[in-house]
Amino acid sequence: MTDKELRVSKIRDGTVIDHVTAGQALNVLAILGIDGSGGESVSIGMNVPSDKVGQKDVVKVEGRELSQSEVDVLSLIAPEATINIIRDFDVIEKNRVERTDTVRGILVCPNRNCITNADEPVRTEFEVLDDGVRCAYCDTIIREHDVAEHIDARGAGETAL
Amino acid sequence: MLQDHLISAAHLSRDDIEAVLDHAAAVDADPDLVRDRHAGRVLALCFFEPSTRTKMSFESAMKRLGGETIDMGSVESSSVKKGESLADTVRVIEGYADAMVLRHPSEGSAKLASEFVDVPLVNAGDGAGQHPSQTLLDLYTIRENAGLDDITIGIMGDLKYGRTVHSLAQALTNFDVRQHFISPESLRLPRNVRYDLHEAGAQVREHTDLDEVLPELDVLYVTRIQRERFPEEREYLEVAGEYRIDNEVLSDASDDLTVMHPLPRVDEIAPEVDETKRAKYFEQAHNGVPVRMALLDILLGGNE
Ligand SMILES: [Zn+2]
Repeated sequence: MTDKELRVSKIRDGTVIDHVTAGQALNVLAILGIDGSGGESVSIGMNVPSDKVGQKDVVKVEGRELSQSEVDVLSLIAPEATINIIRDFDVIEKNRVERTDTVRGILVCPNRNCITNADEPVRTEFEVLDDGVRCAYCDTIIREHDVAEHIDARGAGETAL
Repeated sequence: MLQDHLISAAHLSRDDIEAVLDHAAAVDADPDLVRDRHAGRVLALCFFEPSTRTKMSFESAMKRLGGETIDMGSVESSSVKKGESLADTVRVIEGYADAMVLRHPSEGSAKLASEFVDVPLVNAGDGAGQHPSQTLLDLYTIRENAGLDDITIGIMGDLKYGRTVHSLAQALTNFDVRQHFISPESLRLPRNVRYDLHEAGAQVREHTDLDEVLPELDVLYVTRIQRERFPEEREYLEVAGEYRIDNEVLSDASDDLTVMHPLPRVDEIAPEVDETKRAKYFEQAHNGVPVRMALLDILLGGNE
């Protein structure tokens, strides 16, 4: 770990999401459904100087690992991110996020008339395009820079099931 | 797809389309071919919003195949009004029928419904989304009158909310067709449809003025511009007149131009056009029955 990364305190067990696109840290928390009410211990570094990408954000979450669908959405807003699983202050696993073909749950369709916004037993499903995502039900396209706006922080995209 | 459901024109391949159109042509030429082929089978008509014509056309098609139809009556009197989910409704109705036709006001409803049933399901319009069986009869009419390759089509009117337009534009990408879209700026094709056309490498241009392209067209497909799409009456009046055709407007068109419209029309096409050989919209509506007979026959496994 470099000195620069030490600006954000070390954690004992949990996940460090590093090399997040600068400015996206709060959206990463939104994807993880973290708003402070759950009592997690969270540290955020924003616009941290980085040799690799100029500036980056870093998010450290104590006692929490990520689900696949969370990683999938993460890959849209922070394609360069690395996910480090920490146990007892050591990085035991380091993964790059990978873009998937489909994102299920988590995103909410912006089309209010889309059937996934009605009270139906269905998870949202978005096909990943080069430059955004597209609702598998109504075909509405969300451009990449707008994706973060459509994250359902409460995870309702999941709980409908 | 055609052994399964018909949800979106985006899923239709050229082979699928030709299979339906060829079969429709055979049925059209000789209705005895399929008479009583589906005796004893039942088609459920699930219309969550009213559409007398589409519903009657499916009803007529199923009856001419020897089958029966059932429907859920008006939405007001059904369990839907009591808050039952679409998923539950179609799972119940599946038990009553061998196939289903669904019309619903929400986009994506047909895809959702198809995930909960095993019987073939036909999307007969989901909100502003898709109306693929209309597309098949549109393609049938185009093929009969102009052919489906090396033609130029103009599609005019409300391209934003017009689901028949969305299905048709996508289906046409399977053929060698130059597509011109003519609409007011505010009613342009939605982004997702333009995306698909682009991905398919379709030859597409957009216009606000019909005059720019009219002489090149083999087919002009007109749709209705609805008053309620405009926040102000004044804005509607400004555009409405520009997208109305009569014989004078058509004087620059090719003699062989085929004029189509999914109907009902209000005043987009002057009645005087009806008398000309260009007018094919009633023929187009009549084609709904043989095309839907062919479609149901294929989905019900009748022509195997
Ligand atoms: Zn949607």
